[in-house]
Amino acid sequence: MAHSIIDGDVEVAGQLARQAIEQDVDPLEAINQGFVVGVNYVGEQYTLGEMFLPDLVLAGEAMKAAVAVLEPEMARRGAERQMLGKVVLGTVAGDIHEIGKTLVGTMLASSGFQVYDLGVDVPIGTFVEKARQVNADIVGLSALLTTTMARQRDVIEALEEAGLRPGVKVMVGGAPVTGSWAGEIGADGYSEDAIGAVAVAKRLMGGYKEALG
Amino acid sequence: MIRPTLQFLSPDTVDRVLEEAIELLQDPGVRVHSPRALNLLGDHGAQVDQEAKVAHIPADLVQRAVETAPKSFYLYNFEGQPVVHYGGDDVQFDPGSTAIEFLDYGATTSRAPITYDFVRYVKLADSLPALDAVSTAMVCADVPQEMADLYRLYLVLLYARKPVVTGAFAVETWRVMKDLLVVIAGSEQALGKKPTAVFDVCPSPPLLWSEITCENLMDCARYRLPAELVSMPLTGATGPATLLGAIVQHAAESLSGVTIHQLVNPGAPIVWGGSPSAFDMRTGTPPMGAIETVMIDCAYAQVGKVLGLPTHAYMGMSDAKIVDAQCGFESGIGATLGALAGINMISGPGMLDFESCFSLEKLVMDAEIVGMAKRLVAGIAERETPLALDIIRQVGHAGNFMATRHTRQWFRQELFIPSAVVDRDFRRNWEVKGSKDTAQRAHERAEALIAAYQPKDLPAEVVAELETITLQSAQAAGMNRLPPR
Repeated sequence: MAHSIIDGDVEVAGQLARQAIEQDVDPLEAINQGFVVGVNYVGEQYTLGEMFLPDLVLAGEAMKAAVAVLEPEMARRGAERQMLGKVVLGTVAGDIHEIGKTLVGTMLASSGFQVYDLGVDVPIGTFVEKARQVNADIVGLSALLTTTMARQRDVIEALEEAGLRPGVKVMVGGAPVTGSWAGEIGADGYSEDAIGAVAVAKRLMGGYKEALG
Repeated sequence: MIRPTLQFLSPDTVDRVLEEAIELLQDPGVRVHSPRALNLLGDHGAQVDQEAKVAHIPADLVQRAVETAPKSFYLYNFEGQPVVHYGGDDVQFDPGSTAIEFLDYGATTSRAPITYDFVRYVKLADSLPALDAVSTAMVCADVPQEMADLYRLYLVLLYARKPVVTGAFAVETWRVMKDLLVVIAGSEQALGKKPTAVFDVCPSPPLLWSEITCENLMDCARYRLPAELVSMPLTGATGPATLLGAIVQHAAESLSGVTIHQLVNPGAPIVWGGSPSAFDMRTGTPPMGAIETVMIDCAYAQVGKVLGLPTHAYMGMSDAKIVDAQCGFESGIGATLGALAGINMISGPGMLDFESCFSLEKLVMDAEIVGMAKRLVAGIAERETPLALDIIRQVGHAGNFMATRHTRQWFRQELFIPSAVVDRDFRRNWEVKGSKDTAQRAHERAEALIAAYQPKDLPAEVVAELETITLQSAQAAGMNRLPPR
């Protein structure tokens, strides 16, 4: 299973997940003892400079395929996968740049976050609605243009108006975004790249875990 | 696929260079300080003036030599595999040589290198994947200079797996160096069959062969150890001021070398190399990083290719004194153009200050340049048919190619992936990692590679024999014990 993730093989990962169900393997165990091992390996190798972004993304895709197969079985058994948190993610209105945001989504999903990727050119209201609907822990806002960067502030304000802000952390990213901009608009976290975003998201969830004891 | 190439001379100009070079070998002829070589030339039809030590070499003798010289040959690593191919347009790199100074990391003042530096250098050069061979890059100051040439080779043999580009400073020491190589190869025949070393032999401009280099040249031929001709006219100083004039002189000196060499042993491997230089008319220095030096190099290599001979050049060097911006751009230009010219062995990485000062940090930085230069000449390949119709349709307007198998299949082959010496980080990450400049990043990589070096698995008796031979030379020069390493 780990190998199918390391190879980024979507078909094989899905196939192995189906086999696991047929052989009555606990789907949670299949994920945590099997597929996640591969995800962790790819992450480590990336950090060491031995693997690259496409390896990470394809590993993420393979992981997604495996989880998609295993999820109905988990639901049937009444088991639930322990997620690190729920992240609503998108590129802000007026901006159609996708790759950075998608990378962040893939990294977060591979690292154990439940990711709701809203895509690009996402209206302010859609972020708020989705965050409310899924009871999001984090909202991630991407912007590549200096002209659309201001929409990140608008979303934060909209979340506040909707009364969601106390329970929702906001992460911002994108080429023109800096730490000082994040501070200025009242965001909780900012990262220069997708790998850093995972660390930031984990840090933002830290307070929660403590609260949950 | 088109292999990107670079040419400076029209076919007609190359012909004229060769015609004039051959005419020069008749008049004024070439001065040869080796009686044996003079006699050899005389025996084969050259008109020899014994008193002036000048041989007037007839054109047909030169032409015959060019015909018998092999068009290509392999250099073997110390594990017996053919890893360097001299011939065609294959491009390979080895560190520059022979530095008499060493630059420590962070220093602005250089110093004389010692055994400790050399050992660290060999471990590093052997570990850098971009380098195809090592060289005897420095002259150690902690041994007598009478045996400093062979001592470098001794250290290379103890630590390097890659083949070596080397050279001797005397007639006798060449023979000891050959003996050292034989210890590893097993026998003289085995060494001649699978040569592990190339010997630089340098005529003195203009048109002179000293006794030492001439004997080295003939010894190379005798034992079929590849010889690398290193003709080095300086424009407007030891050669004509015109670039083409320097190229003619280079051709004349090199053709005389090929002739002597092939008369000794027809078919023995020989390389059309060189280290010419533009001359700086302000300071009187020979700048290896000058663009004209690079142009002469590429052009003489073109002449060598027309003759069908393997080629070599000293390129990718800088005249800067530290690992700074000049160091980077001169090295980058030289290595890139040398690669485009299809020069089989380019010697230069690691070298500063007119080919006199070695820096481990520069070696590591240059390895990245070499990686890029090799990628450049690999060209833009047609990986698939259709070229891109299928993959672009497959991805469609969704636009994310990164999540495709296609990307994963090709990106490693399409991209030269540099080490962390080349900074491609986001600015903030670069700052978080310490805002390090090129030299600092290169230093860290050098130290990491030296620390990770795995010792060679040499039998104890081989090491002992190498040591005995080297120690004998040391003792003859008045040193009773070899320096610690």
